[in-house]
Amino acid sequence: MKTKSVDDLMVIRRRAEGMLSLREKCNAIVSEESCGLDKGTEHIQILCCGGTGCKASESALIAENLQASIKEHGIADKVDIITTGCFGFCEKGPIVKIIPDNTFYTQVTPDDAEEIVREHIVKGNKVERLLYLDPKTLRHISDSKHMNFYGKQIRIALRNCGFIDPENIEEYIARDGYQALADALTKSTPEEVIEKVKASGLRGRGGAGFPTGKKWEFSRSYQSDEKYVVCNADEGDPGAFMDRSIMEGDPNSIVEAMTICGYCIGSHNGLIYIRAEYPLAVHRIQVAIEQAREYGFLGKDILGTGFDFDIEIRYGAGAFVCGEETALIHSMEGKRGEPTLKPPFPAESGYLGKPTNVNNVETLANIPIILTKGAEWFSSIGTEKSKGTKVFALAGKINNVGLIEVPMGTTLREIIYDIGGGVKNGKKFKAVQTGGPSGGCLTEKHLDIPIDYESLTAAGSMMGSGGMIVMDEDDCMVSVAKFYLEFTVGESCGKCTPCRIGNKRMLEILARITEGNGEMADLQRLKDLATVIKDTALCGLGQTSPNPVLSTINNFYDEYVEHVKNRKCRSKKCKALLTYTIDPAKCKGCGLCAKDCPASAIMGTVRKPHVINPYECIRCGMCMSRCHFGAISVF
Amino acid sequence: MSDFKLSPEVVKQVEAICEKHGNKPGELINILHECQNNYGYLPEPMQRVIAAKLGIPATQVYGVVTFYSFFTMTPKGRHPISVCLGTACYVRGSEKILEEIKRVIGIDVGETTPDGKFSLDCLRCVGACGLAPVMMIGKKVYGRMEPQNVRKILEEIQDD
Repeated sequence: MKTKSVDDLMVIRRRAEGMLSLREKCNAIVSEESCGLDKGTEHIQILCCGGTGCKASESALIAENLQASIKEHGIADKVDIITTGCFGFCEKGPIVKIIPDNTFYTQVTPDDAEEIVREHIVKGNKVERLLYLDPKTLRHISDSKHMNFYGKQIRIALRNCGFIDPENIEEYIARDGYQALADALTKSTPEEVIEKVKASGLRGRGGAGFPTGKKWEFSRSYQSDEKYVVCNADEGDPGAFMDRSIMEGDPNSIVEAMTICGYCIGSHNGLIYIRAEYPLAVHRIQVAIEQAREYGFLGKDILGTGFDFDIEIRYGAGAFVCGEETALIHSMEGKRGEPTLKPPFPAESGYLGKPTNVNNVETLANIPIILTKGAEWFSSIGTEKSKGTKVFALAGKINNVGLIEVPMGTTLREIIYDIGGGVKNGKKFKAVQTGGPSGGCLTEKHLDIPIDYESLTAAGSMMGSGGMIVMDEDDCMVSVAKFYLEFTVGESCGKCTPCRIGNKRMLEILARITEGNGEMADLQRLKDLATVIKDTALCGLGQTSPNPVLSTINNFYDEYVEHVKNRKCRSKKCKALLTYTIDPAKCKGCGLCAKDCPASAIMGTVRKPHVINPYECIRCGMCMSRCHFGAISVF
Repeated sequence: MSDFKLSPEVVKQVEAICEKHGNKPGELINILHECQNNYGYLPEPMQRVIAAKLGIPATQVYGVVTFYSFFTMTPKGRHPISVCLGTACYVRGSEKILEEIKRVIGIDVGETTPDGKFSLDCLRCVGACGLAPVMMIGKKVYGRMEPQNVRKILEEIQDD
């Protein structure tokens, strides 16, 4: 039904609220661990995660099997199977959640679907083996609200992810969806809306942290026949996947926020620049746009107010630098994604030379809820200069990989140990990398800093888009720096010399060090080069590219010195610096290592100790993984 | 590459794609996406056809094709393998997976096996960081990879 007025929206909303009332009610209560499903429960909803991570583990097939199973049991009329966006707890995916008793099943396989229906839905008994096992208490937890992973989180940008069906606009409407747009269009002037966004203290979530309200004000101030609202969905930071999850789990919030932005800055054209590598997010955004048009939230005369706005999708093609707004704009124009000097800022001269406002996905996802709940509510969360929450993609050597959202000012320790459940396999924490290729590595001593834009920058890293990769004692910090620099060198657009050549030289030096050919003067050279690149590169990518190197030199200087002076890599990552040997006392002469050695570098006769020829050895470590007797060591 | 010619039908289809996008230079990236979707890669003669149709120099098309990592000028294998080298996969050992694949199928990154069965590429983050390290063959994602499983997985891949 096409809405022609705010009253029409209210009609749809009342109808839609019925669909969500069960989930809303159950979301508000914390279920007892012991309780299963009451006999005679009349309405059951099974939420099945349909995010990219869980889909990779066949969650679509789980949903199909659940559907088939409820049909078989003749209960299809009282059970709904709903595919939602990401629940965030990717480590334990695929996730299946049962409403009304809030049972949260983890690592479900398609084969488990039948048992869930038979035991849980039909008989009312939980399938214990699929419940989350708390690693500390070793007790099964069934309501996610009891889990440490969710305990400290406040989900604002992710409010609808894992809760609503992202391909059903009515479920979004039932959650205050398009209310902010209706209020803005009918009750406020653009200036008043911009004032609210400014008062909320919301800052750009893409990395640099520019105040969003101010950006909108700039874009509004320029007069032009055409203006553009651009959503930057070119999430290029490897290991960050919050924008993707928001688009997959709550695409309508982006559509609504862009439309509000259009109203505020005086634009009728929206463009979403999205990575072609995110097919599911593209699909969900397309569905959201189509439904929004059908319901009259996009197109001509939105809600009968006379305001026109529509959104088109533009595809990226795999270039990290296109996250930079001027590069992104060139890419949308069909050109190479090379950045240009600012000013002029896009707010003055952007897409096709017209005033353009570029916001990141997570930033936009915050807009509708700020406007419905109020700027004061939002600004009461967070720190003095960084308001609200931030979504982080927690990954690497951590027990609970996933997508989390915490108030600004939460410490790294709380994130890594309370929410993340600590370092994997009981290893020792070494560093956490934030901000992706533009950020840096933080150490033990930084764990208690309340994180916000300023504190992370002061610590030598940056917020970036919110990637957070945990590293343990087995990670070599020189190799990590080299890894990031390889990325930057590969992604540098080549336009300015400091980035194109400077980073290449830095990479050569790092390669030298990891191969055991470094010298002490190289460390100073790295620092000098890094400083020059920071000061002189043209765009954000170049100016921040030395951060991983600088932060590792500053925080792990000893490790660099060890590589150079002792030709040793304590984490045993730098192959060229390793020596594999067989302990003759432990070797039983089984020959397994020699058989599997790809370089045929191991010699010996059966039942006699074998030896490794160091000149043939390619240091792949295959022998060590094969040996049953722990006879092979590396140093 | 230079003596390679597109068939007249393909030329027609590529021209039709350009026309669908109004022959606008601003649509170049969308046109390239569509062409690559249809033909698997963007050989030089195809780029010339597009350039002529949009009225821009072939160098400009080539400049865009080579700028973006998503576009390729070499045909992919029937089963394209992509190993994730995003940071999460990297710290969980995806380099070792890559090494093992190279060893098993005997090609380097960016190459295709002589029989056209496999091609090998790296990518940055498919977003399945909970399953790291991850590789993809075609559209299927293989999570929690270990080097010793590589050979078996690759041997099980059969042409339909």
